[in-house]
Amino acid sequence: MKINLKIKRFNPETDKKPHWETYAVEVEPTDRVLDALHDVKWNQDGTLALRRSCAHGVCGSDAMRINGRNMLACKVLIQNIAKDGDTITVEPILGLPVVKDLIVDMEPFFAHYRAVMPYLVNNDPLPANGRERLQSPADRERYDDTTKCILCAACTTSCPSFWARGEYVGPAAIVQAHRFIFDSRDQAAQQRLEILSAQDGVWRCRTAFNCTEACPRGIQVTKAIGEVKEALRTGVIR
Amino acid sequence: MPQYHQFDALVVGAGGAGLMAALYASKGVNTAVISKLYPTRSHTGTAQGGISAALGNLEEDKWEWHAYDTIKGGDFLCDQDAVDIMCREAIDAVIDLEHMGLPFDRTPDGKISQRRFGGHTNNETKKPVMRACHAADRTGHMILQTLYQNCIKNNVKFFDEFQVIDVLIEDGKCNGVVAVQLATGEIHVFHSKATLIATGGFGKMWKVTSNAHSLTGDLPAAVLRRGLPLEDMEFFQFHPTGVYKLGILLSEAARGEGAVFINDKGERFMERYMPTLKDLAPRDICSRCIYTEIREGRGIGGKDYVYLDFRPEQINKYFEADGNPKRIDAHYLETRLPDIIEFARVYQGIDPIKEPVPIQPTAHYAMGGIPTDNDARVLADETGRIVEGLYAAGEVACVSVHGANRLGTNSLVDLVVFGKRGGIAMAEYCKQASFRPIHRDAAAKAGAAQLDRIRNNNGNERPHAIRKEMQAVMDEKVGVYRTGAGLEEAIDKIHELQARYKRIRIDDKGFKWNTDLMEAWELGALLDLAEVTAFAALARTESRGGHYREDYPNRDDVNFLKHSMVWKNGTITLKYKPVRITRIPPQERKY
Ligand SMILES: Cc1cc2nc3c(=O)[nH]c(=O)nc-3n(C[C@H](O)[C@H](O)[C@H](O)COP(=O)(O)OP(=O)(O)OC[C@H]3O[C@@H](n4cnc5c(N)ncnc54)[C@H](O)[C@@H]3O)c2cc1C
Ligand code: FES
Repeated sequence: MKINLKIKRFNPETDKKPHWETYAVEVEPTDRVLDALHDVKWNQDGTLALRRSCAHGVCGSDAMRINGRNMLACKVLIQNIAKDGDTITVEPILGLPVVKDLIVDMEPFFAHYRAVMPYLVNNDPLPANGRERLQSPADRERYDDTTKCILCAACTTSCPSFWARGEYVGPAAIVQAHRFIFDSRDQAAQQRLEILSAQDGVWRCRTAFNCTEACPRGIQVTKAIGEVKEALRTGVIR
Repeated sequence: MPQYHQFDALVVGAGGAGLMAALYASKGVNTAVISKLYPTRSHTGTAQGGISAALGNLEEDKWEWHAYDTIKGGDFLCDQDAVDIMCREAIDAVIDLEHMGLPFDRTPDGKISQRRFGGHTNNETKKPVMRACHAADRTGHMILQTLYQNCIKNNVKFFDEFQVIDVLIEDGKCNGVVAVQLATGEIHVFHSKATLIATGGFGKMWKVTSNAHSLTGDLPAAVLRRGLPLEDMEFFQFHPTGVYKLGILLSEAARGEGAVFINDKGERFMERYMPTLKDLAPRDICSRCIYTEIREGRGIGGKDYVYLDFRPEQINKYFEADGNPKRIDAHYLETRLPDIIEFARVYQGIDPIKEPVPIQPTAHYAMGGIPTDNDARVLADETGRIVEGLYAAGEVACVSVHGANRLGTNSLVDLVVFGKRGGIAMAEYCKQASFRPIHRDAAAKAGAAQLDRIRNNNGNERPHAIRKEMQAVMDEKVGVYRTGAGLEEAIDKIHELQARYKRIRIDDKGFKWNTDLMEAWELGALLDLAEVTAFAALARTESRGGHYREDYPNRDDVNFLKHSMVWKNGTITLKYKPVRITRIPPQERKY
């Protein structure tokens, strides 16, 4: 089938501001949007810049705004968003500085990630038998959902609170904090909760649910944020 | 102006191997990691099924059994002392990952859960053993995340989105690397005492592959150009279960949980070929059996694919036939294999709980690569001479623990065991070594010249056309089945493509985020690797593990129980070195 890809372009070496360009591409209905972008890049205009690697939705490189919604270009099939002759719009995710075409500066995003202590803290001596710490299947299950995060930024850059204020840590960082706060092996939950109770922490969330809809890994982001809020409100982690 | 940096130890690549090396090197000396991707985008994150270690959490197991399985799986081309190290140290390495926070699935009594995987057996009963430690079917994702988290915790220094294009080697010693910062196009010279290469696989030589777009063999090509050899390049693994046409991997974990291969007649054909291990036979064998079925007309609808069947009622039926008391349901599969079930749903529109899934073998894993010793030190030749200051670990390296065919779950083991050993060895080395002088301006100039040649070339060839033709010929002639005549054709074709590559033209003449340029540069690396792969495959006139020659269908221990080493200095030179056999004499490979 034939579709048009309408892509927001920006070349920092020649452009003052972004502009739209439209490319006609011949695709299979089962092609990914990433395949269509590659078709443009490889056969029509090599200057198109985007990040991508795994091409099957696990590395988190290619979050972009496709027809106005955040998705991974490699995880959405053309047939699910367009019919023959349709135009698909593609633009960079919002709220982070655009560097070139579909590439944004991810550093502010990763700075928020690093701010929530995204690592296990446990100062107890290791098991004397030299083996693993024990954790019950139920305790392991408690934080399963938030271990799926691939740091693609689709959630954070779909959040109106983040658009309004880039200092807000954003859903992805809260998801990462959740993954450790609810891990029975971890001992730094209180420190993380303190970080998240600050001015640009979890209370900036207005439960818009955009993040949950945007998450390509199906994480219940808003629910996780709610659980962190609940822990802050009640002082109980469960 | 080129920028200049100095670190005791450099790690190129931020996948499992690189991060593990960085964690351990940075405990002792000033260390930096350079990666062309953000670390969490590395392909380690796509590993699904598990990481093996003889923990014995669910049934009896021994590291010696793991070692035997690895050696037999590798068709006796593994260096057995290295395999012993890997399988013994795997146990502590997995425990180490748990201590770092890795959320492994758990047994009812809270230990790390384990499952079956191809080729891993109880050596006494010969039956599959539960050895693969897992976190659902995103074990690699959890390893990558956990290691990155610990790097942040330990303040490891990262240069993210810097692509290395040259390795500085003088008088047989390595003094650092040259990289381009992707955001600016600037050249950076990194001066070091020790450098570890951990850039992963290079499966983008093939079209149907489980490998990421970024797996283009940049560093193996760079060391080859610097006059160093690559080892066992003819051995590349084709994984039996790639998503039909796309190559996306459906982990062996599916078969570990009971899935089976089915042909057009609805027959579980692996029973015929490998009566004991059946669908859990090693990958090279399964891939060949699939192609044999297809060639004999039993592909689905006569086409070039078969089914992987993991409908719960079918799995239970086969459990019953095998005398296995276990029974499972859809919910069980959804929790054990959520990602691969989703891959089938998203990319094929098929619900594996209700329908069988079309699959075909997919280019997956490089057994060969940069030769190293057991401490990740890079070898300069077939005599074992060391390149001082240069290390390699992970998929890019060839220790060789995988021999002619890697067992599932053993790559992740390799990453953590030899990544750690490499990190420790670098730190020790750096403490007693001093910086050797380098010619930083000349190094930067040579790096810039490599890129300018492509940027300013005024030819008429589009890189993509060349890439497509290379991948087509590799799929067709340097795939699961090979022949002398086919390999010669492939070499001719690659030479033609290399000549055309000199006449490429790219669209983007800029500096900032010039991915047009970097992709074209990567294509040059792939062409060099394709060339040496085909050469080494042509010279090996036997069949062993992942290398199958239709014109020489048998293993030939008299002439070929040896590793190949290939150089490309103008022309291609091949030499060989013996396999280190310590405990287990070669025997016929039956399952
Ligand atoms: C789909 C899939 C599933 C798998 N499942 C399993 C499994 O269940 N068990 C198992 O044991 N193995 C599995 N494997 C194999 C295993 O995942 C890989 O072999 C392994 O992860 C490779 O890790 P690595 O650290 O060597 O490299 P990678 O994780 O590939 O990392 C390479 C790094 O090098 C960097 N890099 C590359 N080139 C450059 C350059 N020029 N300059 C700077 N940086 C560069 C990249 O940015 C990246 O950080 C699987 C593989 C695939 C593809
Ligand atoms: S390319 Fe990896 S998530 Fe899309």
